[in-house]
Amino acid sequence: MRRIGVFVCHCGTNIAGTVDVKAVAETLGKEPAVVFSTDYPYMCSEAGQNIIKEAIKEHKLEGVVVCSCSPRMHEATFRKTVQAAGLNPYLLEVANIREQCSWIHKDKTEGTAKAIVLGRAAIAKVQLNTPLIAGESPVVKRALVIGGGIAGIQTALDIADAGYEVDIVEKQPTIGGKMTQIDKTFPTLDCSSCILTPKMVDCAQNEKITIYSYSEVEAVTGFVGNFSVKIRRKARYVDETKCTGCGVCTEKCPVKNVPNEYNLGMDNRHAAYIPFAQAIPNVAVIDAAHCNKFKTGKCGLCQKLCSAGAINYEQEDTIIEEKYGAIVAATGYNPISVDKYDEFAYSQSKDVVTSLEFERILKADGPTEGHLQRMSDGKQPKTIVFIQCVGSRDTSGCGKEYCSKICCMYTAKHAMYCREKYPDTEVYVFYIDVRTPGKNYDEFYRRAVEQYGVHYIKGMVGKVSPKADGTLHVQASDLISNEQLHISADMVVLAAAIEPDKSARPLATMLTASMDTNDFFTEAHAKLRPVESPTAGVFLSGVCQGPKDIPETVAQAGAAASKVIGLLAKNKLSCNPCVSQSNEAMCNGCSTCANVCPYGAITYEDKDFSRRKDGSMIRRVAVVNEAVCQGCGACTVACPSGAMDLKGFSTSQIMAEVDAICK
Amino acid sequence: MADLKEQVLTTSGVNPLKCMRCGKCSGTCPSYDSMEYHPHQFVYMVEKGDIETLMKSESIYKCLSCFACIERCPRSVEPAKLVEAVRLTVIRQQGQNHLKPHQIPAMLDEELPQQAIVSAFRKYSK
Repeated sequence: MRRIGVFVCHCGTNIAGTVDVKAVAETLGKEPAVVFSTDYPYMCSEAGQNIIKEAIKEHKLEGVVVCSCSPRMHEATFRKTVQAAGLNPYLLEVANIREQCSWIHKDKTEGTAKAIVLGRAAIAKVQLNTPLIAGESPVVKRALVIGGGIAGIQTALDIADAGYEVDIVEKQPTIGGKMTQIDKTFPTLDCSSCILTPKMVDCAQNEKITIYSYSEVEAVTGFVGNFSVKIRRKARYVDETKCTGCGVCTEKCPVKNVPNEYNLGMDNRHAAYIPFAQAIPNVAVIDAAHCNKFKTGKCGLCQKLCSAGAINYEQEDTIIEEKYGAIVAATGYNPISVDKYDEFAYSQSKDVVTSLEFERILKADGPTEGHLQRMSDGKQPKTIVFIQCVGSRDTSGCGKEYCSKICCMYTAKHAMYCREKYPDTEVYVFYIDVRTPGKNYDEFYRRAVEQYGVHYIKGMVGKVSPKADGTLHVQASDLISNEQLHISADMVVLAAAIEPDKSARPLATMLTASMDTNDFFTEAHAKLRPVESPTAGVFLSGVCQGPKDIPETVAQAGAAASKVIGLLAKNKLSCNPCVSQSNEAMCNGCSTCANVCPYGAITYEDKDFSRRKDGSMIRRVAVVNEAVCQGCGACTVACPSGAMDLKGFSTSQIMAEVDAICK
Repeated sequence: MADLKEQVLTTSGVNPLKCMRCGKCSGTCPSYDSMEYHPHQFVYMVEKGDIETLMKSESIYKCLSCFACIERCPRSVEPAKLVEAVRLTVIRQQGQNHLKPHQIPAMLDEELPQQAIVSAFRKYSK
């Protein structure tokens, strides 16, 4: 029997308020294996840790039980403590008598009794703990950023600035993302393109950054420090190395009726196109789904005209495979489809637009060249109604339960812009709440009201009806004056909720990164690890983690980059030694464990178990890659023959705990 | 007071605490101008327990039961069900004088839309 020391923490009154800590220390001190037992107000403090260190030396302890807060909080702290005193760090057990005891009990007698039981279980377990040594794995000094919007761009620039190689994978033909479509940015009203395009150029010119545009991640294997990623480079039928971006093909292409994605389908582009003037890379793409050459075999005009000889109709998708130490998800967002909201007549009138469409109308390279015009008849609208929260804060099933966060501010920006440039326009904003937390944000919104005379009305629009004369009849409630309003508007703008890009869900599956019910990536800790995924080596940047505006996205992008740099700066990573191992003598190679493993850590190999006289005996057995295994234990439960066991949490250890609790 | 509120909540099955006070119900209501208390006020007044005021108001008969407020509420609060529950509370206090199916044919107007007949029956037959 090992010599065990027990250390009971008061955590101020957090534990001592509902648990008689002295009684716990005294009772556990009488357990057969326990040779030393004490209590202290803050065991995690330097003085508290010194008590543990001295006791280990003085009483020659072979195992330590700390009765305190959750191991998630201080297990790492106390492991270092026992290690400093010469004990293997895995000969420590933490009995959680705070979260699982004092915080959830009111009665002190009950709380004390439970704390004693939890302490006994930990003592029983630590008897069977084995000294474990963390292994090491190498780090590939290259990062992958998935998504080339402002989040991905900033993350890549920051990583490259630290001297590491970064690849950006962007599914569109150009990087830049949503920010390229935006006219001005709140609250300072900087020109969006003017602040973004230099960063795009920096990416293209930075020798540490490789941009894979028009490409998508196809498969991810491996683990932190050593991911292997397959990237599909979609055929653009234009040789990127030859194309000069002169634009002749895009001008001369006879197919002119393809809805232009950059302008959200409000105008058309050619089948050969460059998304917009500042595209990076500035290389044309041929849209095979609409190109005459691909559809009928007749045409080939662009090939004839291209002086660089860059057009190649024979080009095919290529798959490249690259190794990375870290992966950053920066997949961004899209506005939701507002077709479900029949009452707002979006599909009935061209003059009912979403806010992003309105942004395109305002921007100089948009469908109206920056002139505020109705899309139906090109007339300048005199009355504009903005409707907030279209699909946000919606539990009815049509929209999203969350607040999209950015709409209040961009609507204030749009409303202000209309009044500034076209002072004879009447502008109404219907709001449920105006949410403007952020530096200079509320001041910005108040300026729209006080300085620009935008009519902010507390209430919601119930119905928009297109009339024969081309106006839009808006019926809404004004909750403060308690009346129903009827406004004859020329244009209605819907602040549509935003949702994660559809590519995020399949990507999360490839990365084994967790997501919430809204398909936003989950962070490792909501407060303390906001840019890391719970999956080691995967980091989060931008709206893929939750709604946020540009300043927040840039801040988070930098934070994600610093985490990546911290990882890539290491030559070796120490692995968690509490991983699964397969008992080869018992394994029958059935694959059950590999099927349940969420990390792809289990492979099989044919092993020779032949003994000299019996002849050949080769069996298929499971092998755990210790660098990939996260120690979740799913395989140990699934294994039908009991061959899988988790180091540090073996079946015998857990049964010993259960026995101690049931005694 | 408290009993009345409890009764309205039970018969309607509505939880007024789900309301986020956006006012879309009143924005959409076609009967708004003829109602003294509007759909969003029903939700708030029931939440406060102010049922007697609603019972005395003609608003409970002005509601067309078109259910536009239910259809468009982003929080699935269902204000029309509250209007109906208040109406039922009044009817129950008046005794068993509710509409019987056999009375309907004599009262029918040729021009009356089918939906209105069904709605009327739903309103007065409980």
